[in-house]
Amino acid sequence: MTDVKRYPFARSFTALFFLYLYLPIGVVIFFSFNENRLVSVWTGFSLKWYDSALANRALMDAVKISLTVASIATVLATSVALMAALVIVRGRDVKFRRLSETVVNLPLLLPEIVLAVAVLILFSQLGLQNGMAKLIIAHTAFCIPFAFLPIRARLQGMEPDFEEAAQDLYATPWTTFRRVTFPLIAPGVFAGAMLAFVISMDDFITSNMLNSGGSTTLPVYIFGLIKQGTTPELNAISTLIVLGSLILATTALILTFRSEKRA
Amino acid sequence: MKPTDFRIWGLAPAWVIMALTLVVPIGIVILVSFASRGAYGGFDWGFSPASYAQILFEEDWDGNLAFTPQYLSIIGRTLWLAGLTTAICAALALPAAYTIAQAGGRAKAVLIYLVTLPFWVSMIVRVYAWIIILGNDGVLEKTLRSLGLVTDIDSLLFTNGAMLTGLVYSYIPLMILPVFASIEKLDPALIEASHDLYGSRFTTARRVILPLAMPGLMAGAILVFVPCLGAVLEPILLGGGKAMLMGNLIQTQFGGGRNWPFGAAIAVVLMVLVMIFLMVNALRARPEVPHD
Repeated sequence: MTDVKRYPFARSFTALFFLYLYLPIGVVIFFSFNENRLVSVWTGFSLKWYDSALANRALMDAVKISLTVASIATVLATSVALMAALVIVRGRDVKFRRLSETVVNLPLLLPEIVLAVAVLILFSQLGLQNGMAKLIIAHTAFCIPFAFLPIRARLQGMEPDFEEAAQDLYATPWTTFRRVTFPLIAPGVFAGAMLAFVISMDDFITSNMLNSGGSTTLPVYIFGLIKQGTTPELNAISTLIVLGSLILATTALILTFRSEKRA
Repeated sequence: MKPTDFRIWGLAPAWVIMALTLVVPIGIVILVSFASRGAYGGFDWGFSPASYAQILFEEDWDGNLAFTPQYLSIIGRTLWLAGLTTAICAALALPAAYTIAQAGGRAKAVLIYLVTLPFWVSMIVRVYAWIIILGNDGVLEKTLRSLGLVTDIDSLLFTNGAMLTGLVYSYIPLMILPVFASIEKLDPALIEASHDLYGSRFTTARRVILPLAMPGLMAGAILVFVPCLGAVLEPILLGGGKAMLMGNLIQTQFGGGRNWPFGAAIAVVLMVLVMIFLMVNALRARPEVPHD
């Protein structure tokens, strides 16, 4: 008898679907090895576009700015999100619990372009000139919910037994947090931080709105290159970014998987 | 330390940051949308609905207002493309998520990893990929020509279709994951029961699988529809100047176009549209539907 749960075209459809997911990225990677100046005219294999990408000073500056902003924003956003999650999930008799949760998740409820306009106008009213400071403040704000959600999920999935036991043994709240709660929720904190980092690194809309000399992030720099036209160097840069994302995603997955196994 | 302190100090940073970077600035955006355009960019404080009127009417030489559909058609196109993107994502996600859910333990984990992986790849790189594929003399055009299917085609780039392709590609993982989560919980016995009761595969899909996947589809719809309404990269790079969406219309007002009050007014309209959508969704969602 045939398996009734199986649909005749679902499998081939899914295979095509995965092709659709990966083919575009594959095309970018393929043409990054093209020797020709024209992207889609294949004339031979060459690594020269990688050389020129790696020697590109403006690109490296943009990478540095992106990494700096993303690192600082990740630390800030994860700390704020962790504190908020601890109170929202674990706190007793917290007033405005639901409202606080909505407030933490506010950036998810609005399209990013609205937030970008809002911070642009705010900074122009305040007369804030420092490009990096503007980026870090804005990135921290919209990264908070991305750090918050995995931490909240981890806390909710964890019984408070261990924490109560620690308190019964006269541990101070700080010791309980440091020795019991934090090690237990560390995978959630790590997942949240990873997500915040990736969201910050990837951000275009806000960073472009706030863009000024000396604070051009990687996506904004790439956007500028794309507007000038497609080049194999752009493909090489894209391929390097894809590689970076793959390493990051795989590391995150392996670490999360390992810690879940241990828990 | 008293527990009260912990509660207040734990939440304070989040409240302060959100108030200062979001709540207050959005209030300012609303005020700016009623301000008048500054002589050298920026704006002058004041109260006039002129920016909102500009969405519907154009002022001619004599100061008469004439109806102009220009911006309304951008708002309409945005809603239409965001809706269509959401529908296509749902149609693609359902069979894919179902097949993944059917796969055994390890294969399932690998397939879910493969679905999420492109989402980790920078958005701008994923949009750029479509420029290479759809562009003039691009990969798709070359392939079609070498297969003898076409001799000469107009540029595929800078069309609604190109934008749609880019939007679906950008946001599909946000639909698959929630749909997968609800299909995975589906008890296979229900499908067998439906079959035993002489339900065809199609009937089973429509009457059993679809209703049970609904919470996931609704959650995915929110995750796809809202960012689509405010999309900026796809309309700029794939839509070009002729096929604008609200996202790049707003963007232009703060860049080259430099009409901040008008940009703020469009942003307010966008915000209201999103709120209406989220409210309708919240009202439709039944109590048993998990809301995250």
